[in-house]
Amino acid sequence: MATFTRRHLAAVALVATTALLGTAACGGGDDEPAADGPVTLTVDVFGQFGYDELYKEYMASHPNVKIVERGTGSNLDEYSPKLTQWLAAGKGAGDIVAIEEGLLVEYKANPQNFVNLLDHGAADLKGNFLDWKWNQGLTADGKQLIGLGTDVGGMAMCYRKDLFAKAGLPTDRDAVSKLWPTWSDYIKVGEQFKAKNTGASFLDAATNTFNTILLQTAGNAQGYSYYDTSNNLVVDSNPAVKQAYDTTMDIIDSGLSGKYGSWSEEWVSAFKQSKFATIACPAWMTGVIEGNAGPGAKGRWDIAQVPGNGGNWGGSFLAVPKQSKHQAEAIELAKFLTSAKGQIGAFKSKGTLPSSPQALEDPAIVDSKNPYFSDAPVGKIFAAGAKSLKPVYMGPKNQAVRTEVENAVRTAELGQRTPAQAWTDAVNNAKKAAAK
Amino acid sequence: MAVQLDARPPVVPAARHARQSRGHRLSRFDTRYSPYLYIAPFFLLFGVFGIYPLVYTGWVSLHDWDLLGAEHTFIGFDNYTQLMGDPDFWHSVVNTLGIFVISTVPQLLLALWLANLLNRQLRARTTWRMTVLIPNVTSTAAVAIVFAVLFGREFGMINWLLDHVGVDAIDWKANRVASWVAISTMVDWRWTGYNALIFLAAMQAIPRDLYESASIDGAGRSRQFWSITVPLLKPTIIFAVIISTIGGLQLFTEPRLFNSGTNAIRGGPLRESQTVTMYMFENAFAPHYNFGYGSAVAWLLFALIAVVAAINVLILRRLGGVRKEDD
Repeated sequence: MATFTRRHLAAVALVATTALLGTAACGGGDDEPAADGPVTLTVDVFGQFGYDELYKEYMASHPNVKIVERGTGSNLDEYSPKLTQWLAAGKGAGDIVAIEEGLLVEYKANPQNFVNLLDHGAADLKGNFLDWKWNQGLTADGKQLIGLGTDVGGMAMCYRKDLFAKAGLPTDRDAVSKLWPTWSDYIKVGEQFKAKNTGASFLDAATNTFNTILLQTAGNAQGYSYYDTSNNLVVDSNPAVKQAYDTTMDIIDSGLSGKYGSWSEEWVSAFKQSKFATIACPAWMTGVIEGNAGPGAKGRWDIAQVPGNGGNWGGSFLAVPKQSKHQAEAIELAKFLTSAKGQIGAFKSKGTLPSSPQALEDPAIVDSKNPYFSDAPVGKIFAAGAKSLKPVYMGPKNQAVRTEVENAVRTAELGQRTPAQAWTDAVNNAKKAAAK
Repeated sequence: MAVQLDARPPVVPAARHARQSRGHRLSRFDTRYSPYLYIAPFFLLFGVFGIYPLVYTGWVSLHDWDLLGAEHTFIGFDNYTQLMGDPDFWHSVVNTLGIFVISTVPQLLLALWLANLLNRQLRARTTWRMTVLIPNVTSTAAVAIVFAVLFGREFGMINWLLDHVGVDAIDWKANRVASWVAISTMVDWRWTGYNALIFLAAMQAIPRDLYESASIDGAGRSRQFWSITVPLLKPTIIFAVIISTIGGLQLFTEPRLFNSGTNAIRGGPLRESQTVTMYMFENAFAPHYNFGYGSAVAWLLFALIAVVAAINVLILRRLGGVRKEDD
């Protein structure tokens, strides 16, 4: 009996071992038949792209296609490492992936991971995009198109009407725009606001504002920020960076910032609790504000001109990874989503500003109003400047360098470092990050 | 080598029947090789999920390995030399050790005390014993998010309570020691009950008569605890310390989720609460994507855990030895 039991056990162990080996061997075998059967396309995004209605429309006209979106509402910091891992592993990425412009540089450096859209008739679409947006999607040698542009980040300043009224400031958007033609005027208004003790700060956090000022200053000057167009790190020699830094330090010194670290839990709470009166507002930020402040704050927000002049922050692209098993179908869908029609649909849903000149001229955009922001004519405010937007060139380690400089701004904001010390940190850490 | 490892009577020799001989050979095979087969699943799993990644990480750490790049240049030990002189790495080591000490010491003492209480005659004993494990079965992410909100600078409940007793608001995320304390609270919340149950199990294995004779000799409860319970728990305490060391030095989820917003992986603007695993992630993934450097951090962390675990065991052995001489 003992022998039997042991032999029995041995058999079980053998079966278990074989099963394990089998499972390990089968790990790579979930290929779907690539025939004409129904195709499921996965679209990976972050934040809000506003594609739901467009998917429905597309699925209705393409009955063999089913679309699944992943990552809606997620933070870019969570999304980009995941995307990189999928690309590195050669498995896991969606059939279409969204790429933010600041991160595009890194992906462009390794174009072998993506389908060259120029091989699939994308060259004909060039006229559908603002020139610089189209060029951003091209590799350095111009031979491969990684991504088709979705939106651009035209700039404005969003503000709380109720808090402005409480501080005795004008609330009408045109009057507010006249208050701050420059950033030093913005600081003066902030000081008046602060003197009235409304219980709220004038702005959310210095880091977002710093980014806005930097992209604006750089766009109006040489057209580059941390890296020059030959990819040399110029964080300490580019006057635009130092100028933006100094303006931000003036804002901090005047005590205008609520110091709510951007995108943190506290930042989100501060929206809900009406703890700040203004926030630098690229077009895509309007969707974020609505999401964070919630329906209760509807009609309390409004949109005015940004101090300084214009500027662009952010905007994304759609790319098709080479690992996709349904490349042809994915490319077709990407073309649809980035078409003028697709961009108008996304704008209506989540306020992302089109990168297509046709869409920017379309009455659907030009005449559009945003009910959440007191019916502000968002089409006029954002679209007017969009065609004259001056893009800022981003170098290879832009994201890592930007992280270091933003953190230095944050240490000055929190009083952990003096502005001079923080600047030294910014330069040193940026050099270190660029070398990694 | 027909040594009988089992209690079976010696097998009848010679090939009287072919069937019997076959059975004989089978049973010899069984005796010799089947034990290896029994333990094979573990080693197979360990090989696939333990050894292979370990060796592969070592291999990666010797390269300049961009996560997305197609070419990986062999650079020998350059990553390690660079890491040894990297102040941010040592900063994260200090953070990790700081959080480890602040969390583990009170945690194990508290667990010991809890276990001692649970070992007494209580009403609804099983309920109490199950209850201490509840924090351990809640998801780490949920715990971390709730605690991150509790420890908020402006909207957090802890600062609100401190305000009532006249203490100024603490910026838990931008103050190095404060962030260590906050994260340690999270760790203790989760692991104290678990360790208490382990100690409790060991306590129940201590013979009752030891306590009975001690009471007859007039030893009070606390004397019994320190002179009987603790010395006899030594192997269990060593186990708990080693497990806590491994877990504590690999701390990731709690500090990562404690820091929300942009670049949470840095653990605050001045890396106040960035642990070694977070530093590893920052380098291997966003924003640096330097897989080789990240792998080197992983190997140094491995070495660090081995060293700290060895020190802990030595200290505990020494403590036990002294006590024996006292008795």
